[in-house]
Amino acid sequence: MKEIKKTYWKGVEELTNDPAFIKNADREFPELPTQEENTPSRRDFLKLMGFSLAAASLAACEAPVRKAIPYVNKPVDIDPSIPNYYASTYNIGGDYASIVVKTREGRPIKIDGNGISPTTQGGTSAQVEASVLSLYDKQRLSGPMANGESKDWDAFDRELAGKFASASSITIVTNTILSPTTEKAIAKFADKYANVNVVTYDPSSNYGILKAADVSYGVKGIPTYHFDKAKTIVSFGADFLGTWISPIEFSKDYAQTRKISKERPEMSRHYQFESNLSLTGANADYRTPIKASKSGLAVLALYNALAKKAGASTFTAPAVEVEHLDKAANELWANRGASLVVSGSNDPNVQVVVNAINDLLGNNGKTVDFSRPSYFRKGDDAAMNKFVVDLKAGRIDAVVFHECNPAYDFAKGEEIADNISKAKLTVSTNDTLNETASLVQYVAPTHHFLESWNDYSPRLGEYSLAQPTISPLFNTRQAPESFLVWAGESMTYYELLQEEWKAHFAKQDVIADFQTFWDSSLHNGVVEEAFTPVSLSELNGLEQAASAVAKAYKSDNAGTELIVYKKIGVGTGVMANNPWLQEMSDPISKATWDNYLTVSQKWANENGLRMVEGATRKAKLTVGDKSLTVPVLVQPGQAEGTVGLAIGYGRTKAGRVANGVGVNAYELLTTGGDFVNFDITDGVTVELTSDTYSIAQTQTHQTYMGREFVVQESTLGAYKEDAFAGRYRPEIYKDGKFVKPSKVSLWKGHKYSQHHWGLAIDMNSCVGCGACTIACQVENNVAVVGKQEVLNRREMAWIRVDRYYSSDADVKDLKGLEIASENPEVTFQPMMCQHCNNAPCETVCPVAATTHSSEGLNQMTYNRCIGTRYCANNCPYKVRRFNWFKYHDNKDFSVVNVAQNDDMGKMVLNPDVTVRARGVIEKCSMCVQRIQAGKLTAKREGRPVRDGEINVACAVACPTDALVFGDMNDAESRVSKLLKIQENELEAIKEVGEERAYHVLEEINVSPNVWYFTKIRNKDKSEA
Amino acid sequence: MSIKRSLLSIPSRLGVLAFLFLMVLGTQVFAAHPDVPDDESAISAGKALFNSNCRTCHKLDQRATGPALRGVTERRSLEWAGKFIKNSQALIASGDAQAVAIYEEWNKLAMPSHEFLSDDDVMNLLAYIEYGDKAEAQVAGGDGEGSGGGGGGSGVPSEYLTIILAVLVIVLLLILIVLGLIISVLTKYLNSQNLEEDDKEFVNQKFDLGKILKSDAFVIIVTALVIALVAKTAIDGLYSVGIQQGYAPKQPIAFSHALHAGQYEIECQYCHTGVEIGKSANIPSANICMNCHTHIQNVGGKDGISPEIQKIYDAYDNNRPIEWVRVHNLPDLSYFNHAQHVAVGGIECQTCHGPIEEMEVVYQHSSLTMGWCIDCHRQTDIKSNGNAYYDKLVQLHSESKGSLKVKDIGGLECAKCHY
Repeated sequence: MKEIKKTYWKGVEELTNDPAFIKNADREFPELPTQEENTPSRRDFLKLMGFSLAAASLAACEAPVRKAIPYVNKPVDIDPSIPNYYASTYNIGGDYASIVVKTREGRPIKIDGNGISPTTQGGTSAQVEASVLSLYDKQRLSGPMANGESKDWDAFDRELAGKFASASSITIVTNTILSPTTEKAIAKFADKYANVNVVTYDPSSNYGILKAADVSYGVKGIPTYHFDKAKTIVSFGADFLGTWISPIEFSKDYAQTRKISKERPEMSRHYQFESNLSLTGANADYRTPIKASKSGLAVLALYNALAKKAGASTFTAPAVEVEHLDKAANELWANRGASLVVSGSNDPNVQVVVNAINDLLGNNGKTVDFSRPSYFRKGDDAAMNKFVVDLKAGRIDAVVFHECNPAYDFAKGEEIADNISKAKLTVSTNDTLNETASLVQYVAPTHHFLESWNDYSPRLGEYSLAQPTISPLFNTRQAPESFLVWAGESMTYYELLQEEWKAHFAKQDVIADFQTFWDSSLHNGVVEEAFTPVSLSELNGLEQAASAVAKAYKSDNAGTELIVYKKIGVGTGVMANNPWLQEMSDPISKATWDNYLTVSQKWANENGLRMVEGATRKAKLTVGDKSLTVPVLVQPGQAEGTVGLAIGYGRTKAGRVANGVGVNAYELLTTGGDFVNFDITDGVTVELTSDTYSIAQTQTHQTYMGREFVVQESTLGAYKEDAFAGRYRPEIYKDGKFVKPSKVSLWKGHKYSQHHWGLAIDMNSCVGCGACTIACQVENNVAVVGKQEVLNRREMAWIRVDRYYSSDADVKDLKGLEIASENPEVTFQPMMCQHCNNAPCETVCPVAATTHSSEGLNQMTYNRCIGTRYCANNCPYKVRRFNWFKYHDNKDFSVVNVAQNDDMGKMVLNPDVTVRARGVIEKCSMCVQRIQAGKLTAKREGRPVRDGEINVACAVACPTDALVFGDMNDAESRVSKLLKIQENELEAIKEVGEERAYHVLEEINVSPNVWYFTKIRNKDKSEA
Repeated sequence: MSIKRSLLSIPSRLGVLAFLFLMVLGTQVFAAHPDVPDDESAISAGKALFNSNCRTCHKLDQRATGPALRGVTERRSLEWAGKFIKNSQALIASGDAQAVAIYEEWNKLAMPSHEFLSDDDVMNLLAYIEYGDKAEAQVAGGDGEGSGGGGGGSGVPSEYLTIILAVLVIVLLLILIVLGLIISVLTKYLNSQNLEEDDKEFVNQKFDLGKILKSDAFVIIVTALVIALVAKTAIDGLYSVGIQQGYAPKQPIAFSHALHAGQYEIECQYCHTGVEIGKSANIPSANICMNCHTHIQNVGGKDGISPEIQKIYDAYDNNRPIEWVRVHNLPDLSYFNHAQHVAVGGIECQTCHGPIEEMEVVYQHSSLTMGWCIDCHRQTDIKSNGNAYYDKLVQLHSESKGSLKVKDIGGLECAKCHY
């Protein structure tokens, strides 16, 4: 077995063994904040009053009268305590997912992916999972408003119709509309009034790709990408696993190329050239940090290298040295037709060159398909720029902002806000009084998507339906319905939808009557239709594009560059008022509740910044004439000479949760050359100030105290030679020979006669997106604690995704350290209760509040727990969480923990899971409520449990199927087959045949029921 | 004939008499129309029809919401009975004297029509009405007695225990008196002997109550007893905190289970629709009440609308739910699922809810403490017959002694109820 010599660390402070890190790591629980002196503390008060209070309350105790209130007229489909599931569609802007909504007593409480969908294939993302809480956001408008006053809809519509009629032109500003029927409703509105003009923009614009598709092939739309068919993937700054266009779809496809086994030891090779360390870059086999100013030239250089091989003409361009680029070119050429090059640049010229590269490689129609466009982004930056100019010039007569917020999330938002009053009539259909809606005269609030009827077309020939899963909570009206009303149509939007779908009905011949077709389409959520591929022109515009790229990009830009990016949680900021997303720790930086300027370790060293445990300083970031003061975060992997800042923060009118969190990076975006540029290479200066600041990072919380072999990894080459490559297989000397740790035990062991639940986690397919963490939070009523409590190391997440940096550089000297954090390898490891068969927590609990079940689960009984926290101390995996406070019904947490505090937020709680009280430990239960429910269904039907019918929330959410849950006693279950369990005996300790499967900290023989599969990087063997 | 023989013959004679009596009763009361079929298949088909269509309002031998039905073919013609069953309102509207008389007698309470029944169905129904479940009344009586006995526990009834205790006390008192007499006799005898001084003192020592009261042993014993008693009272008191056994709150509508479940024998599941499918048994929604109460507007044949039933109408008409007071309050920290117990475990409602069919006002019959749950899980057998889910467990368990109980398959584990 090859000796593993890598160094793993979670934060730089761990790498440098900073005293502050050691102090915190040594303690299971951080030091309590010091009490103010001389004032009697709450504890003192309780000590004095405790007994008398208890005595008094006991004497007076009488159970409160509780009511049981049935329906007056029970709906046929709703039975209290039995969940209903409805197929629907998540769509915000152009972000799309086909979903299944779980409702209880008519309340949506959980969103899962819809497995029938060919696009999202049953996966979800953190945002999709969290969107159910936004439904119950009390900041949503409760009815239409005219000039700041509430109105009823009739009066509102009458007044507005008159105003529309007298307008000489009407501009409708919108984000991408994915719904054909909504477009139809707007068309009806346009028929009624004079000069209606629709302007589409997207906060996270992909105008460059759209424009390039038009220039290159005359196609209106984004091509369909097939990452599953690519053997070599090259991405120039496109975060396709995290935030780029359709990340759920791409993650599903990408993961198919990363699943390896002894039978199929093949995987794709992924190159990433980028400035910020993105989630996608973290998963790349070869990652090269490059400056954004160079990226266009790197794309061109790749084209030239391939053109040489193909014998095509090359273009002159400044020479650039980019590590791994030649290697990438060779492999792309070798895998012609099975490779894929993508770029995250919003510069149409760069995208034209990218199109030319894929064309050279013969990838068109194979891994990238322009003949089947997808419609996730339709934003036209040029048109939006023109709108802003017109607005400033007073040429806009009337404007309707359709579910969009350009005053906040467009590059020239400030100009829109300042000039909006120049329009005679301003209308918004936003559901909250956000930055834009608060400036307009009329607000006609729309429904949340879970209250709406709609249809969507994510790509040519594919349709999905959305149906309401709850009656509207407020007096709102769906925006397309508003357009119909204003157009004077008598039909409802639902009727229009059905009318439109009669056309789809006519195109199929499987179902004979419309009602059946409609019902089955609604039931499935998605419909696929035969389509005629779009015909493409020959590749055009390459020469102009190449020369423009050669001119615009520099190989030697000396100035600092700002790369504005999107975080996977908060995204564009539309859902910023969702505390689950705010507290989700970023997969890369592990920071919560903030955006920050990511800088390289080198920059930090030069400027004398040492960042320890989130304690940092603020910097003044200046772009042109605008400047922001923003905290600095030292980010390993950040390209030298670049800094990164995330959009989506700095909201001022989002609501109580998001207002004032972070800074608004949209303000800094430039719109030169007609497109919104997210890579700002000119006029950026960063000055470190003396202001200190704390970023609530969770990266060094819950560490393993220097225990090794938590992460086990290898390279593909080594794996092909030895399937055990990278595995640490501890052995213990006993009776004259070396044996596995499991053969030496203090414990008597358990017997699992019926089920033995287990979880297998493939670290090779886990991309670290964190959808599982939010899914767990929704399913298990996990509390949000707020920034200060995260700083106090008291976050409550039951499942975390540990992010490890690693490098084989020598870490003893400063130079080595710099290299180590310049471009480290990254490994993601989802970590939750390991449900040990020899659980150390169980043996130390003085009140037997944590016990072992006959199905292999480590059970936590809240009502028995007295809060000694011995179990958390004794847990080697650091997965137990203590309720330091009463997080529910507590005004101190009411702003952040809305799901457990305000009456509307509480509607999202899972009624099958207890909301934990103060003073008890909690942790992953392996969704025992789902296990119990699944078993009950099987018992009621008098049959054994079927594999797959019980699944844990994290595994269901996972967009890469990295987590597989099942019964290890069932030889036919997916988990048993994956682990190659040799005998499905009743013994707790299973003999597993899969070479890659290992237990974290196997040497301590706690015998977890959670297995990890080694991470395999597709690197050349010598580079392991 | 010896005394012994004559004594023995009494039971058999009584038996014969009872048999004859029953025979007479049977033949005299039920003289059905000869055309009504009396074969088993017709009766059982009729029973199914009766249970699904008629049982809510009718009984065979007793008046309920509607008249007792047995003997109807003797009282009326078959043709008439068929018409009335299929569409009584039409018959009444046609002015049929008998139909109108019944209508008037039962407070103008119309019977829903059953046009969907075929002629054969009607004959089967009549077959069941005339020949089915003749012993119904007797069996029901027996059942009542059985459950009454069960309530007192097993073996000796509690009154006997009291009597035995009283007798024991009397016997002990008698023994005490006899012992006292013996002592005085012995003292007199010993005094008449020539005794030494020490012995004399011993024999004639006075019973000194004060000395005993002051003795250490007495003080300790009394103190210990007092402490034990106080402690027991306190602990019992504390254990009863939060236990609402016997809790019988006043409900917004004076709904009687004794009437609905007891007298009319409406199935529990008819109203509590969730009991076999979900966690909640469901308090019935007003529309379920309205299934019957659209027709039934008063109780006991009274005129007008009963004020209690009026409350249902008010709720239904104004779309305002009825706010029942929860009787059984499990704490939020424990998860209880009705379907698991009723549908899978086959537990009777009465096992936990007590004699619900006798309750005018529902009260909490069981303590609903964890000890109570656990006790049952320890004792109750798994209903594994015909349920393939349990096959493996049954097979594994077959090697050990005893039946497969809930506790054997993890029924005592924390996370079965707490999560």
